[in-house]
Amino acid sequence: MPEIRVTPLGAGQDVGRSCILVSIAGKNVMLDCGMHMGFNDDRRFPDFSYITQNGRLTDFLDCVIISHFHLDHCGALPYFSEMVGYDGPIYMTHPTQAICPILLEDYRKIAVDKKGEANFFTSQMIKDCMKKVVAVHLHQTVQVDDELEIKAYYAGHVLGAAMFQIKVGSESVVYTGDYNMTPDRHLGAAWIDKCRPNLLITESTYATTIRDSKRCRERDFLKKVHETVERGGKVLIPVFALGRAQELCILLETFWERMNLKVPIYFSTGLTEKANHYYKLFIPWTNQKIRKTFVQRNMFEFKHIKAFDRAFADNPGPMVVFATPGMLHAGQSLQIFRKWAGNEKNMVIMPGYCVQGTVGHKILSGQRKLEMEGRQVLEVKMQVEYMSFSAHADAKGIMQLVGQAEPESVLLVHGEAKKMEFLKQKIEQELRVSCYMPANGETVTLPTSPSIPVGISLGLLKREMVQGLLPEAKKPRLLHGTLIMKDSNFRLVSSEQALKELGLAEHQLRFTCRVHLHDTRKEQEMALRVYSHLKSVLKDHCVQHLPDGSVTVESILIQAAAPSEDPGTKVLLVSWTYQDEELGSFLTSLLKKGLPQAPS
Amino acid sequence: DLSTVDVILISNYHCMMALPYITEHTGFTGTVYATEPTVQIGRLLMEELVNFIERVPKAQSASLWKNKDIQRLLPSPLKDAVEVSTWRRCYTMQEVNSALSKIQLVGYSQKIELFGAVQVTPLSSGYALGSSNWIIQSHYEKVSYVSGSSLLTTHPQPMDQASLKNSDVLVLTGLTQIPTANPDGMVGEFCSNLALTVRNGGNVLVPCYPSGVIYDLLECLYQYIDSAGLSSVPLYFISPVANSSLEFSQIFAEWLCHNKQSKVYLPEPPFPHAELIQTNKLKHYPSIHGDFSNDFRQPCVVFTGHPSLRFGDVVHFMELWGKSSLNTVIFTEPDFSYLEALAPYQPLAMKCIYCPIDTRLNFIQVSKLLKEVQPLHVVCPEQYTQPPPAQSHRMDLMIDCQPPAMSYRRAEVLALPFKRRYEKIEIMPELADSLVPMEIKPGISLATVSAVLHTKDNKHLLQPPPRPAQPTSGKKRKRVSDDVPDCKVLKPLLSGSIPVEQFVQTLEKHGFSDIKVEDTAKGHIVLLQEAETLIQIEEDSTHIICDNDEMLRVRLRDLVLKFLQKF
Repeated sequence: MPEIRVTPLGAGQDVGRSCILVSIAGKNVMLDCGMHMGFNDDRRFPDFSYITQNGRLTDFLDCVIISHFHLDHCGALPYFSEMVGYDGPIYMTHPTQAICPILLEDYRKIAVDKKGEANFFTSQMIKDCMKKVVAVHLHQTVQVDDELEIKAYYAGHVLGAAMFQIKVGSESVVYTGDYNMTPDRHLGAAWIDKCRPNLLITESTYATTIRDSKRCRERDFLKKVHETVERGGKVLIPVFALGRAQELCILLETFWERMNLKVPIYFSTGLTEKANHYYKLFIPWTNQKIRKTFVQRNMFEFKHIKAFDRAFADNPGPMVVFATPGMLHAGQSLQIFRKWAGNEKNMVIMPGYCVQGTVGHKILSGQRKLEMEGRQVLEVKMQVEYMSFSAHADAKGIMQLVGQAEPESVLLVHGEAKKMEFLKQKIEQELRVSCYMPANGETVTLPTSPSIPVGISLGLLKREMVQGLLPEAKKPRLLHGTLIMKDSNFRLVSSEQALKELGLAEHQLRFTCRVHLHDTRKEQEMALRVYSHLKSVLKDHCVQHLPDGSVTVESILIQAAAPSEDPGTKVLLVSWTYQDEELGSFLTSLLKKGLPQAPS
Repeated sequence: DLSTVDVILISNYHCMMALPYITEHTGFTGTVYATEPTVQIGRLLMEELVNFIERVPKAQSASLWKNKDIQRLLPSPLKDAVEVSTWRRCYTMQEVNSALSKIQLVGYSQKIELFGAVQVTPLSSGYALGSSNWIIQSHYEKVSYVSGSSLLTTHPQPMDQASLKNSDVLVLTGLTQIPTANPDGMVGEFCSNLALTVRNGGNVLVPCYPSGVIYDLLECLYQYIDSAGLSSVPLYFISPVANSSLEFSQIFAEWLCHNKQSKVYLPEPPFPHAELIQTNKLKHYPSIHGDFSNDFRQPCVVFTGHPSLRFGDVVHFMELWGKSSLNTVIFTEPDFSYLEALAPYQPLAMKCIYCPIDTRLNFIQVSKLLKEVQPLHVVCPEQYTQPPPAQSHRMDLMIDCQPPAMSYRRAEVLALPFKRRYEKIEIMPELADSLVPMEIKPGISLATVSAVLHTKDNKHLLQPPPRPAQPTSGKKRKRVSDDVPDCKVLKPLLSGSIPVEQFVQTLEKHGFSDIKVEDTAKGHIVLLQEAETLIQIEEDSTHIICDNDEMLRVRLRDLVLKFLQKF
């Protein structure tokens, strides 16, 4: 029985280190290869030894697909390909391919240079890893091999994020990665056609949330920022260098311009300017509005937002700082946070989801005393605000996508178990689609019943179609043919053609029955009576009286003969082939009953 | 009749200039497919054209001359013009926008299903940003349409040749207009002539389209001007869409050649003209009016349109610079004969250099390509099957392939020489399970299929036949004709032959006695004397002749069938 098997190595009932194994029609695909921000030990990377104990990964995996550049989706890639060892193709979109290595390098620097970790992947490994990448266009059908094909769809979320369809024959799986169903200030909304996959693997970060309109949240955000700087406070917005940062920058930039504000806005790290440049060069991936107006004004050229210098953090007076990373788990944002946390005039706005174990998660869950490295305790007096700007689909959006793609079943990843449970029920009840939510290392097996494609000879097909067009063809009609199976080549042809192709002669089986009738009239007259009788009974058939005195019904031949012995008896010879058997045997029994008396 | 056209596939932005005429003024209701760069740059070309035409509005337009009798009397080239009655006014921007809004954007290697029957796929053709060749295929047939392709390495993504393999038919068009000129040599000549003129204090005029080769020329100049000591000479690009064209060229990273792509990954703009603009070496203006007149410095290099020299800003420069022999006009666009373009400006003192840069396939590249992809048949315009009229001895300037290419002419219907034999059909797994294959020859198995055919949107599906309905016991007395069997229930064909001896043994086993076998010329006759039945057995036929005893007939039939294979 063909089946699809799915095993999350990461992101099963969890957010972080997305990594999902899919086996479909004998092909093995790994979806994403992420790291976990909440861990610093072995658990930060997926357990690749699950894939194969002693064999090479390259032999086992047909391809690896990376949905977007966030580290929880690609952070383990150099470790996987260079340290564990994988040489097969890695697919991602062009913007992902461009940005991914930069974020990986950044991640490596923090881990090795700042935390002093040994046995981490090197810069060279990132480079070597990226050499294995094959870039894909949106909607391009990439033929991984003769049978396996993949296709990318726009996912919103961040620049270059894509959903992927993985297809073998008539079986398919769609993996969404992270996606956003509402367009924001810089990106468009995810979209997929009605591709009816066997399985849709979707993220479910916001499985229980239904968010209010974006406008309200934006107003709220601007109000809070504005109020804080008005009273002389400093605003820290921890962000990831690419994605939300650009959206919020556009938002603040336009607000500053409208309100004519002079308070400085800074963007930390050199990465940012570079990041904005990517947005400028990958304009076709942004939303409609930006695409339309970029010639007049490129939205990613900011006037009010300047580069941040470490020394600025101690400057007096109000300011707004965007700093990386977004979950306050390391780096510059954490440094600034430590400096500003003690002052209640200041504010930190968390614009996105924070993984368990990060400082961001701790302060959002209300913790005000944080234990830092070296047993230090940091008291948080500054205001802590959370605004959901992260571009994940909410419950409504997830349902919407399921409705768009019309999958046979849904599998949830990248979310918290409790929330998943809720969404699972909702999907099963409202959409009547079976739904799974495996934990890491747990395998879901879905039996599939793919139909088998064969070639049908056009002659046979046309013959059937013409008959199918007749108005009486209400009831299902049977198509009859012969399937020729030669190696892996399957062809359905008419039986005549099959015989001919195989050089087999047709064997004709013919029956002739003698029907004895008492009748004294002459043969010709007799035939005429048979003809008119049959004509009146068989209205739908072609009944003909031939010049030689015989009568035909379709291809059945009826001849009248007079045996010499008895002039009062006539014999009708009814002759038909095996293919006309029903009609032939019907005719003999009909004639046996005798002919009706001629109307006088 | 364009209302019968279902789909238009656009190969590159030069091939869509007439689109508004079709989408706006005929009954066309189908779909148009094109890549995003094609649409965006096509829009720019149309916008420029409309702008140029609308700058010089004509209060009146004459049409009486189109009368054949009058046209005949007019001087050449008017009297030789063909089909003047079909000539149209230029469309408006509104019509352009409406036409472009009807285009569906597609990406390279995207498989687009049309009506469930065929699949079309654009492939990179290497000629221009977003330029495509198309594959039109069903499950068993493949037609490739190759138009405007280039094997040279310029800025676009290289041509995808591998996907053209195994074509039944390859339609080949859009070859180079100037098969004798080598584009690389022409670029060199362009640069050296430009440098020579500017050094002597003259100006250079380059009539051109606002997109395409100009990107490559600017890139060459970027590398050339410093080494030639010309860094102070201003480059002007004048077109209503100059700015847009330069900006758009930078954002199509995914459609560019590998070198340019890797620049974007850094991230840097893929084309060096960004730097030329930044350092003020290249300036662009929407027209000669406004800012340009203030900034204008001579000697200089001006890129402007239209390359036909009949309209656009280029006309002003021809008149401004035509009288001085210091100046040079360099023709790079291959679409127009430079002599004809210059005719109205004669006598001219300025130098005229003809450096046509046409990167499309030449005949040598074509024969290499055809050898590579090996299509079964090649179809091309008639012109390509004979040497150009001006060089009738150049037998190398024509398509040479085996079997010879089939040619077509305008408005001619060409029947393609292949027959469709198969189509795809899906067999439901339940049905597939119920099939009983038997091996006829080694490696070849057969299975008889009786199934219900479902056809929807040109997709065919075979489902298992329904279970026979329970006979309904109607109270009404049936009429005779109700019993007439439905002859549409198909009986299988039979094959094989009947070994007489075994057949007789079988008959005996089943209780028949008194069997007599007679040999005939072609086979045997088996006589069942008791039952007055006679069975003629030949190599490929069996004939059962019996009295009207249905029971007996059916018994005999079943015994015969045991020896035969059903299909």
